Amino acid sequence: MATFLGINLFALSGQLLVGLINGSFYALLSLGLAIIFGLLKIINFAQGAMYMLGAFFAWMALNYMGINYWAALILVPIVIGCIAILIERFLVRPIAGEDHLYSLLLTFGIALVLQGVFTHLFGSSGLPYKIPAELSGGTKLPFMYLPNYRAWIIVISLIVCGSTWWVIEKTKLGAYLRAGTENPQLMQGFGINVPLITTLTFGFGVALAGFAGVLAAPVYSVSPDMGSSVLIVVFAIVVIGGMGSIGGAILTGLLMGVVEGLTKYFYPEASATVIFLVMVIVLLIKPAGLFGKEA
Amino acid sequence: MKINKFYLVLFLLALVAPTALYPVFLMKVLCFALFACAFNLLLGFVGLLSFGHAAFLGTGGYVTGAMMLHTGMGPELSILAGTVAAGLLGAVYGKLAVKREGIYFAMVTLALAQLAFFFYLQSPFTGGEDGLQGVPRGTLLGMFDLSDNMNMYYFVLAIFIFGFWLIHRTIHSPFGQILKAIRENEPRAVSLGYNVNDYKWVVFIISSALAGLAGSTKTLVFQLASLTDVHWHMSGEVVLMTLLGGMGTIFGPVVGAGVVVTIQNYLSGGELGNYIHIIMGLIFIVCVLAFRSGIVGEFQKMVKKNF
Repeated sequence: MATFLGINLFALSGQLLVGLINGSFYALLSLGLAIIFGLLKIINFAQGAMYMLGAFFAWMALNYMGINYWAALILVPIVIGCIAILIERFLVRPIAGEDHLYSLLLTFGIALVLQGVFTHLFGSSGLPYKIPAELSGGTKLPFMYLPNYRAWIIVISLIVCGSTWWVIEKTKLGAYLRAGTENPQLMQGFGINVPLITTLTFGFGVALAGFAGVLAAPVYSVSPDMGSSVLIVVFAIVVIGGMGSIGGAILTGLLMGVVEGLTKYFYPEASATVIFLVMVIVLLIKPAGLFGKEA
Repeated sequence: MKINKFYLVLFLLALVAPTALYPVFLMKVLCFALFACAFNLLLGFVGLLSFGHAAFLGTGGYVTGAMMLHTGMGPELSILAGTVAAGLLGAVYGKLAVKREGIYFAMVTLALAQLAFFFYLQSPFTGGEDGLQGVPRGTLLGMFDLSDNMNMYYFVLAIFIFGFWLIHRTIHSPFGQILKAIRENEPRAVSLGYNVNDYKWVVFIISSALAGLAGSTKTLVFQLASLTDVHWHMSGEVVLMTLLGGMGTIFGPVVGAGVVVTIQNYLSGGELGNYIHIIMGLIFIVCVLAFRSGIVGEFQKMVKKNF
């Protein structure tokens, strides 16, 4: 047993890995929320339900249609993005001019409906989803045994988060998006189709949640309430990070996953609450959030 | 004095209601109505959406339940203790939450309520998943045996009227006028020299204490305090009651609570129980899209238009 200063390195690195994996999901989900918030100024309460939907679609695709994991990883986010586009077009847009609290309540209603439908169809106990054959097994590292699928989660979510950041911060499309965040009227005046960009942004932000759901299917059991519990944590993370910056959302998500993992090792009783406690501390010290811009 | 006659009629109706309807059902409606009124004080009159009001309902319930089970105190003191505990929690949570506005306020309160949920889930005095069961109702002032449903009903009615009166009083006080000013135009309220965050904080404490009062009373009625009361679903339910009844109207939450509790009772009996979340979600969507003033709000609009 490798120990250092009385710390069991096997157990610690194991929890760190779990933390990084949770952090990857937090990062994907809060990134989606931040992108949507940037342009639409709304919080999508259904983000957790869409994550759940992603996992269920992957499960259904495999069991009903024989679509394997790799195809699901591409197809499911596209399908969920299309659903989100319909939601934006027919439900969210009609109340775009109203107080943003209404859109929060609207998406909360959507989340309740989705969760209710899937509880009705599949019951509340979880369904298993097999790790794809290419990623089963693991690698032995000096400190720990690293299951391949877990490594894959971290790598692919970093790639997806990183390229999203790159597109938004470094490309022309991203420049439109950022300009739309600052001043949509002026953008419209320059002849750019802002409503279209808004719809696509909503679709993309939600598709990220669907993507996270497919990734999560093999590690967590696929259940109707998998989304709601993670979403409240992601809300706390969004408050901690502040939604002013895309990079900030990604970093805060990963960081909080690691904090949670460390807490699981050092003081397991607090592991469920540590992120909320961090939120309290951030509210006391820097109410706008670590990366927040507003006063 | 038209409005006073209206209240008088309602009061008389409430007095005779248990002869026509099941008293426990009526008590459930009154408890949730008080809870929703307390919530509406924040959402309807200050424009603050708290998505964590279950924390206060549950705190009131657990504290009252524990007092009744483990100390010799009577129902009046136990309810007082539950209310004060919820108010104190509200003071802490409110202080933190008023640092952010709008959507962030909703997320902060939701996250803080989740903190309370995990606390009650893990701490030994709440009985975990089982909750506090078999809470005695006790004897009010050493005179009225509350295990009798009729006695209990009139006790709950008195508590509800007190809470309702307090909210009414708050809204129609100079303090309440400033709250409305904050709702309508916060920057202007600031520029007039009001310390807006302090006003929000105080009304948050009032609201959470009254939510605690509702929870305390509910625990006595059902002789049970459980995790359901602190779960985020409960926070969502109170939002739904207020939205459906009509936010910002004084009677809306009462009507909304009545409708939602009736729907729940009706569904939980039959095979439609599975659909309860779907139906609640659909009501949310319909309310937000097409029915934003709620039942009472739409009714008031109709009266204004036609009379």
